[in-house]
Amino acid sequence: MPLITYRKALNEAFSEELTRDDSVFLMGEEVAEYNGAYKVTEGLWERFGSKRVIDTPISEAAFLGLGVGAAMMGLRPVVELMFWSFAYVGFDQIINNAGCVRYMSGGLINVPMVIRGPANGGTSVGATHSHTPENLIANTPGLKVVCPATPYDAKGLMIASIRDNDTVCFMENTLLYGNTGEVPEGSYTIPLGVADIKRLGTDISFIAYGRAVLTALEAAEILQAEHGISAEVIDLRSIRPLDEETLLTSVAKTHRVLLIDENKPFCGVSAQIAAMIAEKAFDELDAPILRVTALDAPAIYSMPLEKLQLPTPERIISKALTLF
Amino acid sequence: MITTTPDSKEVAQAPINLAFTSEQKIAALREMLRIRRFEQQALKFYNQGKMGGFLHLYIGQESVAVAAASLMNGHDEMITAYRDHGHALAVGMSMEECMAELFGKATGCSKGKGGSMHFFAPDKHYWGGHGIVAGQVPLGLGLAFALKYKQIPGCALCFLGDGAVNQGVVAESLNLASLWDLPIVFIIENNGYSMGTSLERSSAIDNCLAERAAGFNMKWSVVNGSHFYELRATLHTSMEEARTTLRPVLLEIKTYRYYGHSIADANHKKYRTAEEIEQYKENHDPISCWQHQLLEEKILTESMLESIDGAAKEEAAASVIFAEASPWPEPESIFTDIYYEVDQASEAGRTGVHFFSDSR
Ligand SMILES: Cc1ncc(C[n+]2csc(CCOP(=O)(O)OP(=O)(O)O)c2C)c(N)n1
Ligand SMILES: [Mg+2]
Repeated sequence: MPLITYRKALNEAFSEELTRDDSVFLMGEEVAEYNGAYKVTEGLWERFGSKRVIDTPISEAAFLGLGVGAAMMGLRPVVELMFWSFAYVGFDQIINNAGCVRYMSGGLINVPMVIRGPANGGTSVGATHSHTPENLIANTPGLKVVCPATPYDAKGLMIASIRDNDTVCFMENTLLYGNTGEVPEGSYTIPLGVADIKRLGTDISFIAYGRAVLTALEAAEILQAEHGISAEVIDLRSIRPLDEETLLTSVAKTHRVLLIDENKPFCGVSAQIAAMIAEKAFDELDAPILRVTALDAPAIYSMPLEKLQLPTPERIISKALTLF
Repeated sequence: MITTTPDSKEVAQAPINLAFTSEQKIAALREMLRIRRFEQQALKFYNQGKMGGFLHLYIGQESVAVAAASLMNGHDEMITAYRDHGHALAVGMSMEECMAELFGKATGCSKGKGGSMHFFAPDKHYWGGHGIVAGQVPLGLGLAFALKYKQIPGCALCFLGDGAVNQGVVAESLNLASLWDLPIVFIIENNGYSMGTSLERSSAIDNCLAERAAGFNMKWSVVNGSHFYELRATLHTSMEEARTTLRPVLLEIKTYRYYGHSIADANHKKYRTAEEIEQYKENHDPISCWQHQLLEEKILTESMLESIDGAAKEEAAASVIFAEASPWPEPESIFTDIYYEVDQASEAGRTGVHFFSDSR
């Protein structure tokens, strides 16, 4: 299998889908002639032309809403947000329109759209550019949220998201774009709502998604080597729908849970999962459910301090050790 | 301020109005009357506590939606805000499904999930019914974008209020429509007020709202909403412009609502005078004006008018009986119509947990 970057894996997903289905088009700021602010859409404008790969003015509310309207009419827009942080100026279109129009029309309408872009901290761009709105979006029934950690998952989940007939909010990570991994050529899908066990273990379940999966894997290796503790690492991949079964099966095996989350702690994704495990698997637990999340402050600019804000292997290990 | 002069001979002689048959003229009157009688029934039962939420009446503005709907070519798409009953009936939705929606019943057009502000009928090219002021405007862009993308010879009709014009997304949308040559007609229904705020207190303008379009290199005009021929002539020209040249147009239609912003608006005689309301009813009522026109043209007789109006009243009363007799939605329906894939029980819909309520 070819080794390609996360960025290239997404690019391949777009080119597969643009080729397969005429109703798919890409739209966003700088996605076409400039090749994408993070080069995720590189070369696609040259290949598919201005009808299918479209540069927009800086008008998030208008082009997100345009995407919703076009999707109601049966097109399949893939709308790029240069940063998910910029979604906040177009939030009405995502939540009220993409998220609610099916319900309020009694099921007469559906919105097969993908809204995508990076949603991560850790790059010293300050608080306004470092939001991780997966919990906010997943709080709206009607929307789906996907956060891939690896190139393989990114491509398969993107193709599945484009083919999905509901709105999928696809959250990437600028720190992952350059990571490489084995990715099959051609088309394949990874269903939404299926978690992936990235590392088998017996003593504790690490539950994570996005870049936190890689941090959790690193911590798991150290924990094994230095403490003889075997951690299972589960990658949610999709936040909503959620693969509860895989999580509960792992908890029933390890009896200990640590959630690792680059989201903020208050009503974050890990809070939802902790509640779910407490509700459904309390009797399986030999220790309290604990979390390692982003520190509960706006993302700081200063480089060494920002590194402390996101989960680190050290924080994961010391938290994990308190559970034994 | 709306002028009291009748429709000019000139607009009545516009080709689109010459092609408007006597039957169609009567049909337009019938539509306006149906809207008014429907809403009067709705008001009565709203006041009896049979409906929830808000009820924004279109009474006084009926000509606008009816004129626009009378020009739709089977490819055109319509979208509006929450004052949406008139548009819904004008595109052909039934009084029964609309009334049942107001009553929150399972037989409502949105199965009781949307209410007064959220009527939809995609099969009739009607995309709602939107409760967030100006939230529908970029959706209208999307309708126009899709028409152009699929090379369908239609245009999008995107309605908004005079208050909505001051939302940022409207400026974004006007720019995009013009920049991308989208076939869309923006129709500002200027009824002079956004809730209790008069146009003067909400909008910085020179002469009118529509001229803001000039800054986006877009054609615009202002139309008297009491003049049905003028409305049709201008709408037609604008829609043809959009369909054939793919250039957007912005229209401002001077109209007036007789009731409060919503029925919950107890203040509506404080921010405007009773005389002002009376003067509009007396001199500018779109239904009276059109009736008068058709009587003059000898297309309509008093007895025809009586029977058309009588039928509209009966239909409206029957829609209430239908709504009252209809069942409430089943509790299980709370969890349907959220995800398409779940509703279809497709593989995607059956994979993973979609809803997180504690089911125990
Ligand atoms: C974003 C938003 N802000 C405020 C409101 C509350 N609101 C509903 S209608 C309205 C007035 C809008 O007036 P206009 O656009 O002139 O339309 P009209 O009611 O006259 O038809 C307001 C303030 C809302 N629904 N959405
Ligand atoms: Mg108004």
